[in-house]
Amino acid sequence: MNYHWNWGIFFEQIKGGDETYLDWLITGFGWTVSVSLSAWVIALLLGFLVGTIRTAPSPWLVRLGTAYVELFRNVPLLVQMFLWFFVVPELLPRDLALWVKQDMPAKEFITATVCLGLFTSARIAEQVRAGIGSLPRGQSMAGLAMGFTLAQTYRYVILPMAFRIVIPPLTSEFMNIFKNSSVAFAIGVLELTFQARQMQEDSEQGIETYLAVTVLYFACAFIANRVMAFIEKRTQVPGYITSAK
Amino acid sequence: MLSGFDFSVITASLPFIREGLLFSVKLTVIAMTGGIIFGTLLAMARLANLGPLSLAATWYVNLMRSIPLLMVILWFFLVIPLITGTPIGAENSAIVTFTAFEAAYYSEIMRAGIQSIPKGQVWAGYAIGMNYWQTMGNVVLPQAFRNMLPILLTQTIILFQDTSLVYAIGAKDLLKAAEIAGKNYNRPVEMYVFAAIIYFVICFGLSYIVKRLQQRIAIIR
Repeated sequence: MNYHWNWGIFFEQIKGGDETYLDWLITGFGWTVSVSLSAWVIALLLGFLVGTIRTAPSPWLVRLGTAYVELFRNVPLLVQMFLWFFVVPELLPRDLALWVKQDMPAKEFITATVCLGLFTSARIAEQVRAGIGSLPRGQSMAGLAMGFTLAQTYRYVILPMAFRIVIPPLTSEFMNIFKNSSVAFAIGVLELTFQARQMQEDSEQGIETYLAVTVLYFACAFIANRVMAFIEKRTQVPGYITSAK
Repeated sequence: MLSGFDFSVITASLPFIREGLLFSVKLTVIAMTGGIIFGTLLAMARLANLGPLSLAATWYVNLMRSIPLLMVILWFFLVIPLITGTPIGAENSAIVTFTAFEAAYYSEIMRAGIQSIPKGQVWAGYAIGMNYWQTMGNVVLPQAFRNMLPILLTQTIILFQDTSLVYAIGAKDLLKAAEIAGKNYNRPVEMYVFAAIIYFVICFGLSYIVKRLQQRIAIIR
């Protein structure tokens, strides 16, 4: 293997600029975290909403929820990125489309966040539906028997339990969202993968570059895992759902 | 700006798109076959008490599963030419990458499958005089494979969607072909939508088949 190692590359200045390569990676890390966390908020809200709708007593609501999930689950994330970036603006009214294309601030960031958020929400919806489905029927019956309305039964009985049940799959989804945010490079978000490609081409120190970026992704996944484990522990219902640990 | 869809560009670029789709399918099939074979070996290595080999298999699977596929694609594209000394092209690099990457995911499925077989089956195998490989090949793996078939297929659907990521190294798959066609005819919107529809139809159809299969297996059990 003929490779010229240079571990000092991170502190060298980029060609024709006064930033160092380390600055590029820090910027990339910042965007990766921003996109992932913002998308996570969207994904949680919509995921729980759609997942709940899919257990509703109205068949039309269920069908709507199913269609939503199938739509987002059966098209690759990268293709969805392009659809949001290139196709959706064309479908908007003329003035709005022009504004989105020319003047919208942080266009790439917003597009990537919305896309990743909706994509992940479909997967969360599926888990929430399964979580609600795994509750004994007696729970909602008890809620209704006590005089709760259906909405109250969901709010005070079903959803708090379902949330705890879906925490383990949510953990892997939270780790996935950091990994999936890498796809945002394709529409020009300056996140880690984008910076990795740029730095590799610019510095020609591919191995060092990719190693640093891989470690950063690894750190994201690890921290995400620990945060969810902490939440899982704090929200445990004593004597009801025992964690596997 | 764009008033109405122009369907003529889709018919005009069909042969081109077909070529891209064929590569996507080829990549999926090779990575699935190789991934299941290597994945099963990885799972067996993890479950057998082989010391460093089991540890290495565990590390490999966990490492692959904790970094983005895009980074793995970039890694292989960078490292393979450094090792072999000659560039092998984006398409071949993609085939190697996906086989190695998917092996980690298939191995987790096969591990669950092997663990779902009651211990008594293995003991029965040994009791009638079979060795490790015979017991695995004739008793454990056929059942594990069968139990896990729906999940293996679901993983393959995910694999098919993930092949679109070879975009990053410029391999000509379905998405790349659609993009090129869109640029050539200056109608990117139609081509992206068309590609999305093809992906959707294939994945939706496959997941419907998986659902049916799951029901059939459930009934026989």
